Amino acid sequence: MSDPRTTELTNVSTTVLGADEIILNMGPQHPSTHGVLRVKLKLDGERVVDSECIIGYLHRGVEKIAEHRSYQQFAPYVDRMDYVAAVSNGLGYCEAVEKLLGTEAPLRARVVRTILTELQRIASHLLWLGTHALDIGALTPVFYCFREREEILKIFEKYCGARLTTHAFRIGGLQYETYDGFEQDVKRFCDDFTHRIDEYETLLTENRIWVGRTKGVGILSAADAIALGVTGPVLRASGVKWDLRKAMPYAAYDLYKFEIPTRETGDTYDRYVVRMEEMRQSRLICLQAIENIPTGPIMARIGKVLKPPPGEVYHSIEAPKGELGYYIVSDGTTQPYRVRVRPPSFINLQAFDKMARGSLVADVVAIIGTIDIVLGEVDR
Amino acid sequence: MGHLFTPSILRLVLPVLYAVVIVAVLPLMAGYIVLMERKVMADMQARLGPMRVGPHGLLQPIADAVKLLLKEDIIPEKADRLLFWLAPLVSVTMALLAYAALPIGPAFQIADLNIGLLFILAVSSLGIYGIVLGGWASNSHYSLLGALRSAAQLVSYETAAGLGLISALLLAGSLSMKDIVMAQYDQGMWFIFYVPIGFFIYMVGSIAETNRAPFDLPEAESELVAGYMTEYSGFRWSLYFLAEYANMIIVAGIATTLFLGGWLRPFASYHDHMPGTSIEFLDALPALLVLGVALYCFFLAPKQPVKIQKLVMGLVGGLCLAIAGILAGSLFASPGVLQGVHGAFWFMAKVFGYLYCFLWFRFTFPRYRFDQLMRLGWRFLIPLALVNLITMAVALLMSREWGWSLRLTSILAVVVTLAVAMWLAKNDEVDSVVPVAESE
Repeated sequence: MSDPRTTELTNVSTTVLGADEIILNMGPQHPSTHGVLRVKLKLDGERVVDSECIIGYLHRGVEKIAEHRSYQQFAPYVDRMDYVAAVSNGLGYCEAVEKLLGTEAPLRARVVRTILTELQRIASHLLWLGTHALDIGALTPVFYCFREREEILKIFEKYCGARLTTHAFRIGGLQYETYDGFEQDVKRFCDDFTHRIDEYETLLTENRIWVGRTKGVGILSAADAIALGVTGPVLRASGVKWDLRKAMPYAAYDLYKFEIPTRETGDTYDRYVVRMEEMRQSRLICLQAIENIPTGPIMARIGKVLKPPPGEVYHSIEAPKGELGYYIVSDGTTQPYRVRVRPPSFINLQAFDKMARGSLVADVVAIIGTIDIVLGEVDR
Repeated sequence: MGHLFTPSILRLVLPVLYAVVIVAVLPLMAGYIVLMERKVMADMQARLGPMRVGPHGLLQPIADAVKLLLKEDIIPEKADRLLFWLAPLVSVTMALLAYAALPIGPAFQIADLNIGLLFILAVSSLGIYGIVLGGWASNSHYSLLGALRSAAQLVSYETAAGLGLISALLLAGSLSMKDIVMAQYDQGMWFIFYVPIGFFIYMVGSIAETNRAPFDLPEAESELVAGYMTEYSGFRWSLYFLAEYANMIIVAGIATTLFLGGWLRPFASYHDHMPGTSIEFLDALPALLVLGVALYCFFLAPKQPVKIQKLVMGLVGGLCLAIAGILAGSLFASPGVLQGVHGAFWFMAKVFGYLYCFLWFRFTFPRYRFDQLMRLGWRFLIPLALVNLITMAVALLMSREWGWSLRLTSILAVVVTLAVAMWLAKNDEVDSVVPVAESE
């Protein structure tokens, strides 16, 4: 860290008052950069003049690993990218490989996948809500959010034995049947959850300080959002009604009725409202799905050794954080020739500079929180 | 031995004794306020809080203190060593010095200065030097930003808090802490009921002055890591910590003295104003309350999982029992002893009630942003405090000149002030719609 009393290390650009700008280095060890993000801020007083995100502290070469693993062997690795939404990662990968093989999972498998993925969306949004509120200084919501997230993780644990990096799905369908009482567990969670989410809203939604801290902060216009390739709740809060679950239905989403919440301004408050509403919609999808889980096989007949025909495929799903895409090239062997992941966190993070410029240091943590990044996915 | 306790020698010895007691007990009390904070936080956040060290975490503060004392003391290489060393001492000295004039009960006061309140305010605001110097000496951006925020915040909110206090001072007519309490006894009413808005302004101001959430910007964890304390560790850090909690007790003590009747029991002067009412049973309340706590401890003791925890729980129960015994015994002693002992009890009870509100706010509200904090201070609280002061002065004048009841005129004053507050809040809302990014 440079010496604030000297200017040799800072870019000298004198303002009207003759005061110099200082460079503040946030991270990679900082309480609210959500992992190992490093942000270099150029400050004029407390106002951000320029910012730069420095990433790569969690780079593990996931895409390269794929080239040396068989298709099935690589499936658990994708869970480690967005580790707070492992089920969604797995869904995207499995469906991409199925597309490459020219097959599809049976309906029963697709419905169970939908339920688990929507539960995962709620869990991911809950984690976002808790940490975002914590960044803005509300200490309590994070514990309430973890309480409900725990219920979801318990369902995952009962289903496949793992809580975080679940590897819940297999290429071609599911490995495990649902356990006895799965529907009741999901129903019980959904019934409680509607009151719980109201509880969070009483703490935050109309709180003067919360509104003051989030309204008008980190505005991202629809045009900017599209130009930067931003997806997910961040895009929808800017007023663009784009959700892959509706636009290009996958799994069993075409069977269920749900709304896509959007807002107009594209500020931090709007992104908060959109995500809160998304949790409610996810709950509705789960309730619809458990009403009628079709019977039948849970695994397509694809054989033990996967050798997709030479070719390439791009498949994307609406992960909790935005469009999660897998581009897979096959050379006809048991191992993929190339896997490229389009991570929503990485691409959404590019909007950070646009949002942060001209805001205050306190807003920077709010903006990092509102983009909802997971560094495991940014760096891969 | 009798000649040792002549009044003139007592006048010299007692203050020294009190000072030693305060300096010895305060760190312990700060530690237990931290435990209370963690327990209250846990309760509000649906969890248990410290449970391991001692029964229900009762020995946690001691373990923490030992840990802090044994920690390595790090001074950053590029820090200004002298100032780095001096800054926490300034903070903690000023915080402790303020206790000199704080009356914890009618008997327990080191010095009854005729400018007591002014002394406390002056000394405790000197503590800001410790923060600013510490932030500067650490030679780190986070510390510097924290120190700058702190300086601006304290200057702004001390004005508001001071104006809030003056509205109560108008009623008391004295700056001596003892006289202020006695004025509330004579008028038969705590000043909070005459000037509730003054109390509200002081409360908000005092939270900001002690850097507590939602005004904890100088040490905002999620933004500035730990603000001015970022580079401090070990014992130096704990001195800052001690200063912060000592300051919390000070502001709570000021609020208690000025607005909540100080050491007075509820309905203390009822027998003067309403003869014949038998409200004196309230004198037995402290002893009964502590006895209840003691019995609860004895009830819990056998349920503790470990033998040593059973023992500690029993000891805590015994301690409570002893305190209850002292409180009950003083009922039969001379009035001076009764007032001294029970006064200390009521004073501490009110202080802890006030501190509980601090904790409650901390766990409920998000943090203000710096510009919002300044706007709230300068454009809402200070104008409101001025209006409150003027209306209260007019109310007092009306009751003195025209003989109207002060209760009536003070209600009028509150209504007028509330109307102004609503107007101010509405104005503030209109202004704050402009987003920060566009206001440049």
